[in-house]
Amino acid sequence: MKKTKYLLPVAAAGVLALTLSACSGDGGGGGSTAGSSDCSAYDTYGKHDGKTVSVYASIVDIEGTNLEESWAQFEQCTGITVKYEASKEFETQIGVRAQSGTAPDVAIFPQPGLLATQARAGYLKPAPKTVSDLVDKNWSPDWKKYGTVDGTYYAAPMLANVKGYVWYAPKTFKDKGWEVPKTWDEMMDLTKKIADDKTMKPWCAGFESGEATGWPGTDWIEDVVLRAHGPEVYDQWVNHQIPFNDPKIVDSFNKVGDVLLNQDYVNGGFGDSRSILSTAFSVAGQPVLDGQCAMHHQASFQAANWPAGTNVAEDGDVWAFMTPPIDESKGKAITGGGESVGAYKDTAEVQAFLAFMASADFANNRVKLGGAISANKGLDPNNAQSALDKQSIQLLQDPETVFRFDGSDLMPSAVGSNSFWKGIVSWINGSSAQQVTDSIESSWPKS
Amino acid sequence: MEFVGEKLLQVVIALAIFAAVIGIIMLLVDRAPKSVKDKVTVAGFLAPAAILMLVGLVYPAVRTSMLAFTDASGNGNGFDNFVWMFTQPEALTTLRNTVIWTILVPLLSTSFGLAYAVFIDKARGERVLKSLVFMPMAISFVGAGIIWKLVYDYRGPNIEQTGVINFFRDALGMDPKQFLLDAPENTIFLIIVMVWIQTGFAMVILSAAIKGVPVELIEAARLDGANAWQQFRNVTVPGIRGALVVVLTTITIATLKVFDIVRTMTAGNYDTSVVANEMYTQAFRAGEPGRGAALALVLFLMVLPIVVYNARVLRKQREIH
Repeated sequence: MKKTKYLLPVAAAGVLALTLSACSGDGGGGGSTAGSSDCSAYDTYGKHDGKTVSVYASIVDIEGTNLEESWAQFEQCTGITVKYEASKEFETQIGVRAQSGTAPDVAIFPQPGLLATQARAGYLKPAPKTVSDLVDKNWSPDWKKYGTVDGTYYAAPMLANVKGYVWYAPKTFKDKGWEVPKTWDEMMDLTKKIADDKTMKPWCAGFESGEATGWPGTDWIEDVVLRAHGPEVYDQWVNHQIPFNDPKIVDSFNKVGDVLLNQDYVNGGFGDSRSILSTAFSVAGQPVLDGQCAMHHQASFQAANWPAGTNVAEDGDVWAFMTPPIDESKGKAITGGGESVGAYKDTAEVQAFLAFMASADFANNRVKLGGAISANKGLDPNNAQSALDKQSIQLLQDPETVFRFDGSDLMPSAVGSNSFWKGIVSWINGSSAQQVTDSIESSWPKS
Repeated sequence: MEFVGEKLLQVVIALAIFAAVIGIIMLLVDRAPKSVKDKVTVAGFLAPAAILMLVGLVYPAVRTSMLAFTDASGNGNGFDNFVWMFTQPEALTTLRNTVIWTILVPLLSTSFGLAYAVFIDKARGERVLKSLVFMPMAISFVGAGIIWKLVYDYRGPNIEQTGVINFFRDALGMDPKQFLLDAPENTIFLIIVMVWIQTGFAMVILSAAIKGVPVELIEAARLDGANAWQQFRNVTVPGIRGALVVVLTTITIATLKVFDIVRTMTAGNYDTSVVANEMYTQAFRAGEPGRGAALALVLFLMVLPIVVYNARVLRKQREIH
C-alpha cells in the first residue's frame, strides 16, 4: 500500500501532461519569400509593425502558396504579418469558428451565399470606405452587388473564373471552312451544317461527376437564361422571385435541348444523347482533339482537362469562344464565379489588408504567378500567363459585359446542389422540361 | 517520413493515455474502502465502456431522433419529414428500392452461396474454388462499385466499346445497352454487384456448417434410400439451420444499410436511390438534416427487428447446446 500513495499523483500528472502534449496542434504556416524592396506603392497602407492579420480560406496547395506570394511584399513594406490558414472544410468550419468566437480576422469566401449567411448572423464587419471606394473604381457594379447584403457592403471580390466557353479545334474549323459563330443563331446554323457534313457530331458533352452528376448541365441552362432573357430575369430566377417552372426557364431548357437532346447533334465520340449522362465531364472534351466532335461547352478550367502538351491557343490544338449572345438587346453576358474577402475585425491593420486585396496591385501580383484571373479593371491583361486567361480578363473587363454569378451556387443547396442536378439528369434521360422544372420548383425550400 | 513519424508518435501517445487511464481506474478501485469495494469495482470497470457508449451511441441516437422532427432551420415541424417520406414520389421510389434490395440480395446470395457450397463440398480443388468466390468479399463496396461501373460502361453503336458486357453484346451483333440508366432494371444491375460480394460470405459460412453435419446422419439417410435432393432437403438443411439464419440476417442488415454501391455507381439517379443514400443526400447535400435524420430513424426501425430476431435465434441455440 505504501507504494500506491505516491503513484496516484504521479499517474495523474502523467495523464495530464500527455493530454496536453496531444492537444498542442500543428504550428501555423511559414513565412513567404520577399519581393523587390521598392515600397513606394505600399505607402498608402501605412506602417503597422508587429501587427498580425489572420486569414482563413478554402484555397490550398499551390494556389494557396501563390496567394501568399502575392501579398509577400505587402507584408514586408507594411510590417504586417499575414497568417494564412487554408482548409478544404472551409465552408463548414467558418460557421463553426464564427459561432465559437474563434473567427479569423479575414475570411476569403468562395461563394456569396456563405458570405450573406455570415453577414446576416452579425459576425462580419461592413467593408471600410476605402475598400468600398476601391471596388467602385476597380470593379463593375455587378461584382459589387455580390458583396452587398441587405444594403450593406461587406466584401470586395478577389479572383474570378469564367464559365460558358465553347471549346473547339481551330485546325478542324479552318480545314472545314467553319467560322466561329457570333450569335446563338449562327451557332445553331453551324451546328446543323456540321451535322449535315456527317464527318463528326457537332457537340460532345459529359455530365457524369459522381454524386454531382448533372452540374455541367446547370451551366448550360444558366448561360441560356442569362443570354435569352437578360440579367433581370436571371436574378429573379436565382432569388426565386419567379418560379423555377416559369415559361422563360422552360423555354431556356428547350433551347439547350435543341442541342443536347438532338441525336444528330450529340454526343460525338460517345454515342446518343443519353450517353451524356454516363460520360465523365473531365473526359467529355477529348473527342474535340480526336476529330470526333466539333464543339464542347465547358468553363475556363477545361484548359487543365486537356492532355498534357495540348496547345491551348487561337492557332493551337484547342481554343474557346464565349457562348454567343442569344438576344442581342440583352448585351454581352458572362456567367462565372469568384471569391469575396470579408472581415471579422475592423482594426487598422485589417483595413489596410482589405484595401490591398481590393487594389490593382494585388490582382497584378497574383495574376503574374499564373493560374488565376480577376475582374479588377486595374489588372493589366498582359500579366496573364496564358492566352485563355488573357481573353477571359479582357471579357471580364469589357465595360459592356454583364457578369452574373453561377446561379446554382446562389440557390439554396436543396436546389443548387441537389434537385437542379437531379433535374438535369432526368431531363437528359427523357423527362420533359416542364416535368423537370415543376419538380425542381416543388423542391425549393418553403422558408 | 516526417508525417509517418508524427502519426506513430500520436499512436504511442494515445496508447500511453489509454494505459494511464486504466492504471488510474485500477488504482482508485484498489483504494476504495472495503465495505463498498465490490460495487466500486463493478462501477469502475464498467464506467469507461458505459461513458463511451453514452457519448458515441446513445447521445447521437437521441439527437438524431430529435432532429427527425425538425425542418432545415432547426425548428420543430412535427411529422412533416415522415409525411414527406411517405408521399413524395421520389422518396417512395427510395423506399420501394430498399425493399427490393432487402428481398433479393439475401435470397440470391444465400441460394447461390448454399448451392455452391454443396456442389464443391469434398470436390477436388475445393480450397481454390472457395477462394475464387470468396475473393470479392475482400474488395470494398466502393471498389466493387467502380469495377462494375466499368463493366457496365456504355459507348454508342459503331464506337469501340469500353465496358466488357457491351463489348460482348457488340461481338454478338446486339446493340449496346445503357445498363445503369433504365429504371427499373438498373436496380437489378446494382443488386448483382451486392450479390457478387455477399455470395462468398454465405458460401464460406454455409460450407463450414455443412461440414459440421454428422456423417452418421447422412449415411443413415442414404441407407434408408433417400436420393440426393431428399438428403439435402431433410438432413443437410435442418442441420445448418442456425448458420442459414445467421447468414440471411447478416446479409439483410448489410443490404438495408447499402450506400456505397449506389452512391458510386449512380449516386441515386435514374430511380435507383435507397434509404441510406437518400439519407446522406438530404442531410449533407440538400441541407435538410431533418429529412436525413427521419430517413435514418426509419432505417434503424427496419434493421431493429432483424437484429432482435438474430439475437434470439443465437440465444436459443446456445440453450440447446
